[in-house]
Amino acid sequence: MSAVKTFPRRAASSPALPTLFLLAATLATVLLAVGLGSVPISPADTLKAIGHGLSGAELSGNDVIVWQLRLPRVALGWLVGAALGVSGGAFQGVFRNPLADPYLMGVASGAGLGATLVIALGLATLWLPLFALTGAMLSVFTALLIAREGNRLPPARLILAGVVVGSILTAFTTYLLLQNADRIRQVFAFTLGNLAFAGWPQVGRLLPYVLIGGGALLLLARALNTLQLGDLTARSLGLPVERLRLLVIVAASLCTAGAVSYAGIIGFIGLVTPHLVRRLWGADHRILLPISAIAGGTLLVLSDLLARTLTRPAELPVGVVTTLLGGPFFLYLLRRQKT
Amino acid sequence: MLEALDVSVRAGDLLAVQQVSAAFERGAFSAIIGPNGAGKSTLMRALAGLTPVQGGEVRWQGRSLASHSRRERARTLAYLAQTEALPPDTKVRDVVALGRGAGEWLWGLFPGNPLSFGGLSADDDGAIACAMQRTDTARFADRPVAELSGGEQQRVSLARALAAEPDFLLLDEPTNHLDLAYGLNLIKTLREEVHNGLGVVAVLHDLNLAARADHLLLLSEGRVVAQGRAENVLTPRHLEAVYGVRVDVIRHGGRLVVVPEG
Repeated sequence: MSAVKTFPRRAASSPALPTLFLLAATLATVLLAVGLGSVPISPADTLKAIGHGLSGAELSGNDVIVWQLRLPRVALGWLVGAALGVSGGAFQGVFRNPLADPYLMGVASGAGLGATLVIALGLATLWLPLFALTGAMLSVFTALLIAREGNRLPPARLILAGVVVGSILTAFTTYLLLQNADRIRQVFAFTLGNLAFAGWPQVGRLLPYVLIGGGALLLLARALNTLQLGDLTARSLGLPVERLRLLVIVAASLCTAGAVSYAGIIGFIGLVTPHLVRRLWGADHRILLPISAIAGGTLLVLSDLLARTLTRPAELPVGVVTTLLGGPFFLYLLRRQKT
Repeated sequence: MLEALDVSVRAGDLLAVQQVSAAFERGAFSAIIGPNGAGKSTLMRALAGLTPVQGGEVRWQGRSLASHSRRERARTLAYLAQTEALPPDTKVRDVVALGRGAGEWLWGLFPGNPLSFGGLSADDDGAIACAMQRTDTARFADRPVAELSGGEQQRVSLARALAAEPDFLLLDEPTNHLDLAYGLNLIKTLREEVHNGLGVVAVLHDLNLAARADHLLLLSEGRVVAQGRAENVLTPRHLEAVYGVRVDVIRHGGRLVVVPEG
């Protein structure tokens, strides 16, 4: 018997401190992301510019940079990160698999094919979000239909169906790319994730997906907790397991598809964020999901800040930054995890 | 009363349970026994309403179990799976709390406090505390499940099932993986619940534990071989026919003990 009581593995009994830290980090990140750039702007000026923008007053000088360039980019990045964080947590919960991520059901490949079609057909980039979203949701529904067994949706079949549908769509994308090699750069800009074209209209169009998808997931949070006891036990407790699984997958995919269609394919935020949150806040989905949304948003804004400042004046694709940071970090978490 | 009337259940392509009829009373401890593959677990799932029956009918409270709503079923029939997955990072109290009101998964999400996301009422808290008391799990209520032994986790699952305040508790091989003391302790806890009016049906492999039940059901290849009191079911003739092993059944301290020969 060891006499020394080790620290509890989680601070779940008092998550107030991490929550305060997260909120402070979020505020600091937003102010920093708006302030830093080719023209540095102080937090005070930032707040003033936001005030001007909100009140509809005439914008002058730095106000324009803040209100029309940086703030919409920060807002879009935060929404995309929140969407990926919440849907990552939901996917990991519904599959009871910590390796699940928002792209598990083929969302990324479907969106990629949609975007590639727009670029290959030479359509206006205005169409890109719509095509990407349609491609993403079509691939999810195809995977759901294939995995269906009577009225059941066995998780193992869902994962396999999602992966294979994704591979097939990626093959189409690759073929289209080879046929249109001159436009390959544009497609890469999408598949590597990009927030450079952010504006208020994009923020406004993405918002409903995140609110509806994320809101539905929050309503299902307690049911996700019950599902952790296994399908059979959850059903014995009166949970309509198959309906729950379908709803969670559709809602989480809606979030992800919205995010992908406006920001491209951004890796690792949806995988790493829920892991991080679970360590500090515990596994209760009623807390895990909203906190993952906030943390995911903040992490993505931070990554985007690095993406546009590290190699100034050139910009890195934000998906490269999240993968370079998130990949090793995930491996670190994996090594520390006791089984 | 929970009844199986001529029940047949498919498991995969196999008819795992064939024309089984049995009645289980509240306030009685019933054990289902039989060799591996006899259809015990499949019958349990049918009794719990978790698998459709191909023939016959499971009747609960005087009408077909299938006609009960999900919620009614969940409130009155509790089921403990053979291997219940317990989320390792979750505190014991939170696991037990999952036994309450899961049927209200979406629409009844906000009972009482709208900020609680389906949080618990005072009734719920009382039932949870009581279930932990009766299963002797209250002392590790705040510890994560991962820190408990297999036997302690089994008691947590039992507390989760009892927290629903069911009329019937169906347990699929609850004493597997339990050592002698934990096994006996579990039976003792179940006995207390039965004394308070709960109906218990358990699949048991250990015939000497099953000998303590009020009512036994011996299955082989999906069919009932014998049912009734221990002395009528645990006979050398029945057990040899079903298990293919010669046994002696002796009486020790007023209880039957099955001793395999050889």
